[in-house]
Amino acid sequence: MDLFGWINTQLLRMQWLSDAVTAGVRAAGLDPASRIGGSVQFFVYDVIKIFILLSVLIFAISYVQSYFPPERTRRILGGRSGIGANILGALLGTITPFCSCSSIPLFIGFTAAGLPLGVTFSFLISSPLVDMASVILLASIFDWSVALAYVGVGLAVAIIGGTIIGKLGMEDQVAAFVRNVPVMDADETLTRGERAGFARDQVTDIVRKVWPYVLIGVGIGAAIHNWVPAETIGALLGQDKWWAVPVATLIGIPIYADIFGTLPIAEALVGKGVGLGTVLAFMMAVTALSLPSLIMLRRVVKLPLLATFTGVVTAGILTIGFVFNAITHWFI
Amino acid sequence: MIIKILGSGCQKCVTLAENAKAAADAAGKDARIVKVTDFAGIAAYGIMSTPGLVVDERVVSAGKVLTAAEIGRLL
Repeated sequence: MDLFGWINTQLLRMQWLSDAVTAGVRAAGLDPASRIGGSVQFFVYDVIKIFILLSVLIFAISYVQSYFPPERTRRILGGRSGIGANILGALLGTITPFCSCSSIPLFIGFTAAGLPLGVTFSFLISSPLVDMASVILLASIFDWSVALAYVGVGLAVAIIGGTIIGKLGMEDQVAAFVRNVPVMDADETLTRGERAGFARDQVTDIVRKVWPYVLIGVGIGAAIHNWVPAETIGALLGQDKWWAVPVATLIGIPIYADIFGTLPIAEALVGKGVGLGTVLAFMMAVTALSLPSLIMLRRVVKLPLLATFTGVVTAGILTIGFVFNAITHWFI
Repeated sequence: MIIKILGSGCQKCVTLAENAKAAADAAGKDARIVKVTDFAGIAAYGIMSTPGLVVDERVVSAGKVLTAAEIGRLL
């Protein structure tokens, strides 16, 4: 077996864990091929796997992220404009530590420092959408080609979306107070120990925050996996249904959930024959747009800009969904 | 002294406020804890990650939930 394949099946997909849980289910007197046994197997295996990956990944990624506090990102982006700045903004969005409750202060800090609105939005779109930990988790559930494709299209939405918003010249749509905010430059150099401490805190923090979403997500996933007939799902979200992508997107937008919670649902849906594009559209809609974050954003930008942002991102997600459904056969 | 907690009210801000209160009590200082939750107020201090901790109008930390002991050293 080649090394890459081994890493994918044993380290990321944790085939050994799946086998161990299957043996455990059997030992408990349940048949893993039965509905109940299968549900228990899916639930236990997925929960353990997600929490192991989550802890390891968040630690490693947070360590890297400690080199890119928002102040530094703002300095790097300062004075740039044009498509290059949008690309850089989208890329930095993937490695700057992100917490949904910080996105508004971040928006204010970037705008106050004079960054173009379009660049700020490229950053704000990619930040929750192309989260490094979720990308590796995506590789563990599907495989690397899907994860890389997800990164590619996620960045594309952020870059194109930000560019469109920038071109529309909606600078006057930002709440007036934002312009009068002082720009402070905190410059701290951390020791290796402090970076490790930061990474450890992030792990506890994120695990404490997302565990209910993971349990609910895996629960729904297990239910779909074993109880909902493939025909029902197919009739609703099947690949031959043109409305599958819009429906998945519209369901996803108002929902606020962590990407870690949506992955098990995505996994189960793909298992039932739902198109990859439909599933990716659902995941992107859940993570990039949510009612609570839109309500928060409304306090710093005016309605037309908020509507443009929502519209541009939704259009991007729909496009990705349709394109991926058309080329699903390249991946699975 | 006046200790301000900057943050839109997420769990981290609540924890930070509790730790700040504990730190002030432990140091025997008469501190008033003020929570700043509106974005204009938070932004006025120039921070980009919440929660922020402000002691007598000086920003001492941002984006971190400091323990009571750590806050004690900053008072």
